[in-house]
Amino acid sequence: MKSLAELAAIREKMKNSVAMRDGASGIRVVVGMATCGIAAGARPVLNTLVEGVAKEGLSEKVTVTQTGCIGICQYEPVVEVYEEGKDKVTYVKMDVDKAKEVVEQHLKGGKVVTKYTIGK
Amino acid sequence: MYRAHVLICGGTGCTSSGSVAIQETLAKQLKEKDLEDEVKIVQTGCFGLCALGPVMIVYPEGTFYSRVTPEDVEEIVEEHLLKGRIVERLVYSDTDEENATETSLNDTTFYKKQKRVALRNCGVINPEVIDEYIGEGGYQALGKVLTEMTPDEVIKTILDSGLRGRGGGGFPTGLKWKLAAGNQADQKYVCCNADEGDPGAFMDRSVLEGDPHVVLEAMAIAGYAIGASQGYIYVRAEYPIAVHRLKIAIKQAREYGLLGKNIFDTGFDFDIDIRLGAGAFVCGEETALMTSIEGNRGEPRPRPPYPAVKGLFGKPTILNNVETYANIPQIILNGADWFASMGTEKSKGTKVFALGGKINNTGLVEVPMGTTLREVVEEIGGGIPNGKKFKAAQTGGPSGGCIPAEHLDIPIDYDNLISIGSMMGSGGLIVMDEDNCMVDIAKFFLEFTVDESCGKCTPCRVGTRRLLEILEKITSGKGTLEDIDRLEELAAYIKANSLCGLGQTAPNPVLSTLRYFRDEYEAHVVDKKCPAGVCKDLLQYTIIEDKCKGCSACSRKCPVGAISGEIKSPFVIDQTKCIKCGACIETCKFGAIEKK
Repeated sequence: MKSLAELAAIREKMKNSVAMRDGASGIRVVVGMATCGIAAGARPVLNTLVEGVAKEGLSEKVTVTQTGCIGICQYEPVVEVYEEGKDKVTYVKMDVDKAKEVVEQHLKGGKVVTKYTIGK
Repeated sequence: MYRAHVLICGGTGCTSSGSVAIQETLAKQLKEKDLEDEVKIVQTGCFGLCALGPVMIVYPEGTFYSRVTPEDVEEIVEEHLLKGRIVERLVYSDTDEENATETSLNDTTFYKKQKRVALRNCGVINPEVIDEYIGEGGYQALGKVLTEMTPDEVIKTILDSGLRGRGGGGFPTGLKWKLAAGNQADQKYVCCNADEGDPGAFMDRSVLEGDPHVVLEAMAIAGYAIGASQGYIYVRAEYPIAVHRLKIAIKQAREYGLLGKNIFDTGFDFDIDIRLGAGAFVCGEETALMTSIEGNRGEPRPRPPYPAVKGLFGKPTILNNVETYANIPQIILNGADWFASMGTEKSKGTKVFALGGKINNTGLVEVPMGTTLREVVEEIGGGIPNGKKFKAAQTGGPSGGCIPAEHLDIPIDYDNLISIGSMMGSGGLIVMDEDNCMVDIAKFFLEFTVDESCGKCTPCRVGTRRLLEILEKITSGKGTLEDIDRLEELAAYIKANSLCGLGQTAPNPVLSTLRYFRDEYEAHVVDKKCPAGVCKDLLQYTIIEDKCKGCSACSRKCPVGAISGEIKSPFVIDQTKCIKCGACIETCKFGAIEKK
């Protein structure tokens, strides 16, 4: 390594990784990963969200984690977004493509993707 | 991209309680469940809660699992990592079981009062991966120093921060650097004292195991400040994990060009080598340490000349302790004012303590200077087990003294501890309860210094031996009041005349126990009793006639056949045969045996 720029590059690359260990951050995205969720395909959804958040450089702002069954098994995979000072948003019947949209529009853009939320 | 990180402690404490097997089982489980690409296993350094090991933290939730066994791993994978259901029964919680809701380590009383500067990366990063250190801001300070600051500015920053040596002496670090920088020479050296020898102390080991790069970075900064191109880390061979990780760290730093020639293309050269100590306590003394690095028998030499003038191989040298170095990069990055804002007027920053002895949370804690001993013992340490009463805390190891209950509320800093007859020392903090005999404690530390005295100077070699003999006389019930006076006289003589710090401080455990617990010494000498019931020669086991049912359980248990009697009538202990092992007390169901 010959320059500070190279050091900064490594730091940037590692930031996404180590930021996770600083504890929960602003926005919390929770994926239902009980038996029902997994059976309905929650794992690829979860992984898509994790990758999307990292790719968009949102790791310091957004934490993606999984949770158990929240009781609406027929709507799985369920993804809920918690944000300080805002109402909880519940997305239902998610898949990989919908997850990508949520990352793009909601987590990055700040606009709730109402067509996938519960009740719509 | 991983969605979860599982941090497993790879410090010495957790390794000995089985964390390696847990890591292997976890790796196997993740493979079986096809989670390898989703969950990352990170082996870290010490988290601090060694008593609860092996410990594991799962991020992003920050769930803290304690006393994990290989059998628990499958459940953690199945429930937590797959389904997101926290395995509550393994979650560490504070003493208040009923209301314990915190699953994140940072919310527990153990961590809440702590302020982690020197230990900031311990238990957070994988010490064997340089990229993780860089990700947490590592080597930024070195970059800043080399490209933006002059050596004088670096020294001024350290001076202004008020950082004092964490090895025990408390000498201002910046001043040490300034003196060495002011001496012209063709070669200078930067040394790191990692010869942690106090019984019960493991602060430096934990830093080296958990965050080895911080020491390398700080030494390079020191090298730049004083104009040295070579560093040595003197570390005990008894710390195999620390040595292993240091070697990896040095190799990685060299590969990245963060050690070696022309660092950051600034023309600054600096490299570091490791020297292993063979475990002599005296080699923690700075001149003995340098003599040992030079390849000679580790014996101290008279000062002056001080190392800053004539140190290693006769060249100007600075020698700092591991924990001192661990503070340096943060001071450079955050500024002297930030560091000086923590702590007391004359002791800035934080201090790491190794909590041991009669305390619930055995482990490693870092608190701002000025925190009271009561907070450390009762809140962070979780108090004394089994409802026993606090009697004293021992700080500074064999060179330090004890702090009695009446001084529990004194804010901990260098000067306060000295004023009450103890010292900061390197940070070992051993808690004692009412079952500890203070004369016995003094004897324990004297046995240690007698063993470890290098023998070069007479006051230490002969004097400590005589001190120990007087203590043995007292604990065996043969002491007189004159012996107590003689202890004090001899202690003063040894302090004044020994060549190095080992001898100069060796009588401290005796002097401080005498200062606060003279009544215990007098009880041994005058009443021939050990109030705490520790000194065997002063104890007597007797059977209380009224309570004895004559069941013969004790006599069957007694290894020397000292108990006899007839069934259904009270038994008797033959005092001439009794070896005071206490087996009878443990056996008796009726509480009929008393120890006095």
